[in-house]
Amino acid sequence: MMVATALAIVRMRHLFAVVMLSGVFSLLSALLFVTLDAVDVAFTEAAVGAGISTVLLLGTIALTSRTERLTVNFEWLPLLVCLVTGAVLIYGTLDMPNFGSADAPVHQHVAPGYFERTPHEIDVPNVVTAILASYRGYDTLGEVVVVFTAGVGVIALISGLGRGGRRGRGGRPGKEA
Amino acid sequence: MDFEFIVGHLNYWLFIVLMMTGLYVVVARGNLVKKIVGLNLFQTAVFMLYISVGKVSGGTAPIFPADMKIDESVVYSNPLPHVLILTAIVVGVATTALGLALIVRIREEYDTIEESHILTAELAIARRELADMDGER
Repeated sequence: MMVATALAIVRMRHLFAVVMLSGVFSLLSALLFVTLDAVDVAFTEAAVGAGISTVLLLGTIALTSRTERLTVNFEWLPLLVCLVTGAVLIYGTLDMPNFGSADAPVHQHVAPGYFERTPHEIDVPNVVTAILASYRGYDTLGEVVVVFTAGVGVIALISGLGRGGRRGRGGRPGKEA
Repeated sequence: MDFEFIVGHLNYWLFIVLMMTGLYVVVARGNLVKKIVGLNLFQTAVFMLYISVGKVSGGTAPIFPADMKIDESVVYSNPLPHVLILTAIVVGVATTALGLALIVRIREEYDTIEESHILTAELAIARRELADMDGER
């Protein structure tokens, strides 16, 4: 179903439909995350991926144009590049452990330690929260810095609209204000 | 390559198919908004790959009971990929917002969001500047 959605995104010219389909894709992936035991990730994907991203995309096509004016014909080179990259990646998966196997290398190193230490060091039932906020707190700090930088960048780009020697479309309100 | 191997790796292969679909949209389509959507597609496929690596069959979500009485027999999935992907999702939205702001800006400047039209406009500008330089000499 997700592959079908993705292919529809490739084919569609109407940008509004493309944006809606990307929202559908995000929701489907959130469902998949729930079945893969990642409930926190599913929350975030549904709220941020399907919610905020869709709103941002809609805002952009409202400010720009709604249809894709196709000029390039079908080209072989991009398809070839994708196929070769995909083949290499699939070759890489051949060495990976089977899906869901408990003795995979990922489950051997730090993860058991987190499970042992969380109850008496952090005392939060949700292990994901404990790691996110405590054991890997610097990651989260870095994430906040990235988001802040992106916000500053967006404001710097958008607030220049309609000023100076531009085409003078009148100041538009900032997208994220 | 037996049946068990194929079933155990099918999920990775499907994610790679999704990933390559996203990459194709980014590379082959000229519309800038569509490129961003393709980038999101690619990103989400990577997230799914990571989360599926963290899954333990028979496991459950890595949340202890509220009274913290831990039953040793319960298997939990690996929480570490979940944490990494939570961070990645938020960073992904930040980059999306920045890209979209750039698109709005490009549209202000060139009045189009198609890559080929932008290229022709750039070429015209460059020609004009060259002609101006020749005129000054």
